[in-house]
Amino acid sequence: MKLTVNGEIIDDVKAGTISELLGELKVAPGRVAVEVNMAVIRKADHDTFRLHDGDVIEIVNFVGGGS
Amino acid sequence: MEDKFIIRGIEFRSRLWVGTGKYKDFDETRRAIEASGADVVTVAVRRTNITDRKSENLLDFIDPKKYKILPNTAGCYTVEDALRYSRLAREAGVSDLIKLEVIGDEKTLFPDNIGLLEATEILAKEGFIVLPYTTDDPVMAKRLVDAGAAAVMPLAAPIGSGLGIRNPYNLKIILEQATTPIIVDAGVGTASDVAIAMELGCDAVLLNTAIAGAKDPIMMAEAMKHGVMAGRLAYKAGRIGKKLYATASSPFEGML
Repeated sequence: MKLTVNGEIIDDVKAGTISELLGELKVAPGRVAVEVNMAVIRKADHDTFRLHDGDVIEIVNFVGGGS
Repeated sequence: MEDKFIIRGIEFRSRLWVGTGKYKDFDETRRAIEASGADVVTVAVRRTNITDRKSENLLDFIDPKKYKILPNTAGCYTVEDALRYSRLAREAGVSDLIKLEVIGDEKTLFPDNIGLLEATEILAKEGFIVLPYTTDDPVMAKRLVDAGAAAVMPLAAPIGSGLGIRNPYNLKIILEQATTPIIVDAGVGTASDVAIAMELGCDAVLLNTAIAGAKDPIMMAEAMKHGVMAGRLAYKAGRIGKKLYATASSPFEGML
């Protein structure tokens, strides 16, 4: 499966769900938020939310910032 | 001395809130925040580095159990972007707090108040505790509260400018009519600036660059802590009125 993750195209993704994708990318799930095709997916749904070929995914976390 | 204030049921012990940007490294960030005594820290929402997983996470240095994390929508120039970042922030974090910014101009980073009002209304309806960053406009402050803002964050001066409180009279009007906490956000340069904000009666001050950009950020963080405390105490103590002529403070009685 081919996905776009944080602006980068990743071929050959094995993961079928968000939780599996985070595992595949070695991203700790606790402190990130995930968006699939512009919609935020709740953490509670990461285990079950199915990804599809061509999905555009954003994984974000908090960084230093003021205003 | 217990001197807390409350926004939508959340208690805030510190009247100094600090940003986490522009520091040399996470360790300096942590030390500066500790020295400032702040219990609220602002953070931004950005893409996770998926290629270098060794990169450190800010929250490894700033314990969310110890500090209230206030995500912002810095860098958002449209209502749509501000909503998107807010929703992601809520999912990445632990609370409904959002410091809402809809920026209208690249050079001044002044807010786009029309977009800000629209985004405030939408997010408030979605259950966010919205703290909008706005200009020091008393009418706008009222409109934001009508739209559902939980507190209002008027600027002192442009973000990162260090110019200090440029319009104390507008802030005074905002404070006089306020029905929510008022937190001065952005533009302060040094400890006397935060003292002035607190003397005016502001509930808190949020700053970042004034500490992070100082020659010694840790020392400046401490100075800011004292500035806020001095200003707050002076406000509560009630200053004397200003008079044009002198009033002797030593008695006439007993003079030779």
